[in-house]
Amino acid sequence: MSDPTAITLDLDGRQQTALAAPDATLLTLLREGLGNTGPKRGCNQGVCGACTVMIDGWPQRACLTLAAACADKPVQTLEGLSSDPVMVSLSKHFAEGGAVQCGFCSTGMLISARKLLDDEPNPSSDQVSAALSGNLCRCIGYRKIVEAVQAAAQELAS
Amino acid sequence: MTAPEDGGVVGQSLPKIENLEKVSGRAVYIADLTRPRMLHGALLGSPFAHARIKSIFVEAALAAPGVVAIITGEDVGPGRMGPFIKDEGAIAQGKVRYLGEPVAAVAAESEAEARAACSLIEVDYEELPELLSPDAALAEDAPAIHEDLQDYVKIFDSGSKGNLCSRSCFEEGDVEAAWADCDLILEDEFTTQAQAHVAIEPCGAIAEVDRSGRVTLWSANQSVFRVQANVSECLSLPMSRLRCLTPQVGGGFGIKMEAHVQPIAVALAMKAGRPVKIVLTREEDFEITRARHPFRIRMKTGAKRDGTLVARECEVVADCGAYADDSPGVLGYSLLMARGPYRIANVKCLGQLVYTNKLRFGAYRGFGNPQVTFAGEQHIDEIGRRLGLDPFEIRRRNMVAAGEPWFLGGAIASCGLAECLDTVEREAPALAPAPKGKRRGRGLAINAHISGLLGTGAIVRMLEDGSIVLNTGATDIGQGSDTVLAQICAETLKVPLSMVKVASPDTDGSPFNWGTTASRVTYTTGRAVIGAAKEVERQIKEQAGAILECEPADLDLRPGGRVGVVGSDRELPFAAVSGRAHWAAGGPIIGSHSLVFDGKTFDPKRGSVLGLPFPQIGVFSFIACLVDVEVDEASGQVTVLEAWNACDVGRAINPKLVEVQLDGGFVQGLGFALFEEMVWDGPRLANPSLMDYKIPTSRDVPLRLHSFLIEEPEPDGPYGAKGVGEIGINAVPAAIANAATAALGHRFRDLPLTGERVLDALLESET
Repeated sequence: MSDPTAITLDLDGRQQTALAAPDATLLTLLREGLGNTGPKRGCNQGVCGACTVMIDGWPQRACLTLAAACADKPVQTLEGLSSDPVMVSLSKHFAEGGAVQCGFCSTGMLISARKLLDDEPNPSSDQVSAALSGNLCRCIGYRKIVEAVQAAAQELAS
Repeated sequence: MTAPEDGGVVGQSLPKIENLEKVSGRAVYIADLTRPRMLHGALLGSPFAHARIKSIFVEAALAAPGVVAIITGEDVGPGRMGPFIKDEGAIAQGKVRYLGEPVAAVAAESEAEARAACSLIEVDYEELPELLSPDAALAEDAPAIHEDLQDYVKIFDSGSKGNLCSRSCFEEGDVEAAWADCDLILEDEFTTQAQAHVAIEPCGAIAEVDRSGRVTLWSANQSVFRVQANVSECLSLPMSRLRCLTPQVGGGFGIKMEAHVQPIAVALAMKAGRPVKIVLTREEDFEITRARHPFRIRMKTGAKRDGTLVARECEVVADCGAYADDSPGVLGYSLLMARGPYRIANVKCLGQLVYTNKLRFGAYRGFGNPQVTFAGEQHIDEIGRRLGLDPFEIRRRNMVAAGEPWFLGGAIASCGLAECLDTVEREAPALAPAPKGKRRGRGLAINAHISGLLGTGAIVRMLEDGSIVLNTGATDIGQGSDTVLAQICAETLKVPLSMVKVASPDTDGSPFNWGTTASRVTYTTGRAVIGAAKEVERQIKEQAGAILECEPADLDLRPGGRVGVVGSDRELPFAAVSGRAHWAAGGPIIGSHSLVFDGKTFDPKRGSVLGLPFPQIGVFSFIACLVDVEVDEASGQVTVLEAWNACDVGRAINPKLVEVQLDGGFVQGLGFALFEEMVWDGPRLANPSLMDYKIPTSRDVPLRLHSFLIEEPEPDGPYGAKGVGEIGINAVPAAIANAATAALGHRFRDLPLTGERVLDALLESET
């Protein structure tokens, strides 16, 4: 193991610095170095999507991304999106629409949904389902998540 | 949606009370917790499925960077845990019984250092023959997996012997004689596979020991009280020395009901003298926790020409894995459910649970019911088909109604099954013809599941300002029990939901709650909450009577947290009542209520029972599940196009949360039916990752998934409610198999219905 070095991220609109090993993933840096525990470690293999964060405007797996590779790119988690109108609407419809159960997948799911509404403000259920297919949920059965995203889209359009 | 301000919250789809934390990323799970001076633990698993441990050398690992403490079997004493048979230590002692079983654990300054040090531990093993199937383990010359089986503590008549962990046999009527009365008899063997729980949050724990030796233990769990009991048993610690707590839990489905890494975390923290955190990797979560039992089921069903069911015999061989865990309960429960929700006068259900050198199998949503229902509901379907009765008709002619007995049992109090069946039949439009290259079919299955079982309590406290804290000890694993129990409390005291806060489970301060399992929290804990809230109401009226100078009987509760004289506008806010209680007379207002489910589930006069793991089980919920599938002729892939679930839930305290339970159960059942399967390559689990073990994604499930709630109130349920946690999964594999049969004319007796299996059937039918 090599010695940790300081890495500065443009995280949620602020420059934030923490020590990380050269092989540390962004997920490890966020959770252990910076205390941002919104992104979750569900599989550490890039499959479950619970660690999804926005890197340079794209939803990506923090567990597959080297922290050092993010030094010059804006990284966004739910912490930085708390007043984003699209995320506010998505969060509300997730919370009220039965689209949150254990909540472990919710943060990653919301990030993926946020990107979808950027690209397609009025998505069909099929488009929502496709956009969220990389975020595994074991509790809900997906239907109410898809409905919540569409309800947020409708609210934002009106 | 906002909570109504005047009570009346039962029956409302209020958002779960912790959802804002969850959608903001602020909710705290076990992996998010940290403690001052905390170390990180890692496990060394056995490379063999069955071997004697001759020696373990830890010196090199102890000298490695960051390492503070190491434990092995020598550190944990002779204590053994287990809900039915106490056969499992905290960590392997003397021998290993499955591949991956922890033989040592390291606590170090970082997780990476702990894992690196594990590879420096040298273990000398003497390999023993691997017994990887029940047949191999039951062979006459098979070595014993548990040499001390006869000495283990058992809480029921298990009949344990050799590698037979337990056996059960239940009989009603005279099955042998009844076959002669049948015009049609089917007999088939069905098999079901191991299914992983895959809660998206892996298991984990943090243990901390103070200078007096008292342990505080946080963990992902379904019951802080089962955590306490298990750690107490296997580390021989008095229960009062253990304080068990829970953060938010990222799903359960059974995997977090009994112990996982909690005992090892405690043993490591005791040895290190510092807090220790262990969070399993996804691979470890697959390999060393627990999974759904593979079942081999011989099902024999007989009927008269008019479709009347006459007799059924069901014989199960279940793979137990290396430790008993909840398995004797699963076997016994599955046999009690194997008759299905039908009037059949002659029924015999028997089974064997067999130790093997695989990870322990244990509690998993459905508790054995999905497996036997897969067999039983295909038989009902096939009998209907051969007698020219449609799937609805054959069921209507035989299904149970309120007042009729369950298998061996007393009368079913409430039963909305007929309405469930009517509802799915009415709501599903005719199946559209299949496009070219596809075939389509519709399949039906019905099912019943209990809610009930064992002990529970509730404490309702009124604070000085009149607000309410509800404490039940029930762990909310995401399904919403905190919200549902708060709704029940608020309804009873006629206050808005915002006035009721829910205490987090804590074995020091919460009343006993057996656990979030057996679809029981709403039904049993809800009853306790009403009892405790009623006691609070009594004390409120006593206090108010003293202030308003009237009899308590002349008072009633008013919406919004007030109490007043009946027929008058003389009233007080709860704050005035609670202030008097705290500062002047009577003492703080605290209501508590405890109960153990004691419904007359079994009537010993009805039949004979051998090896019954629980004396009273519960009250019954019912479901009808109808699915449309499409089969691709080229690949054999089965897709569920649309599904209708109608469930008799008694009363939906929070309808939206009930719907999600049904949806979630359906999708977990869809994965079980079509593709989920733990596969072993010899002793080694070949697919312990989410890359190789597929669970349903949003693309694998029908978005046209319809849930209908039938409300047939349970007389003693809280506001009429019954449980719904498990029933949503039970009928799904059978309904999908029946639909595949309708599409292809082939009967599927083995799960899962993979493309390969279905394609083989298609090709066979064409030759």
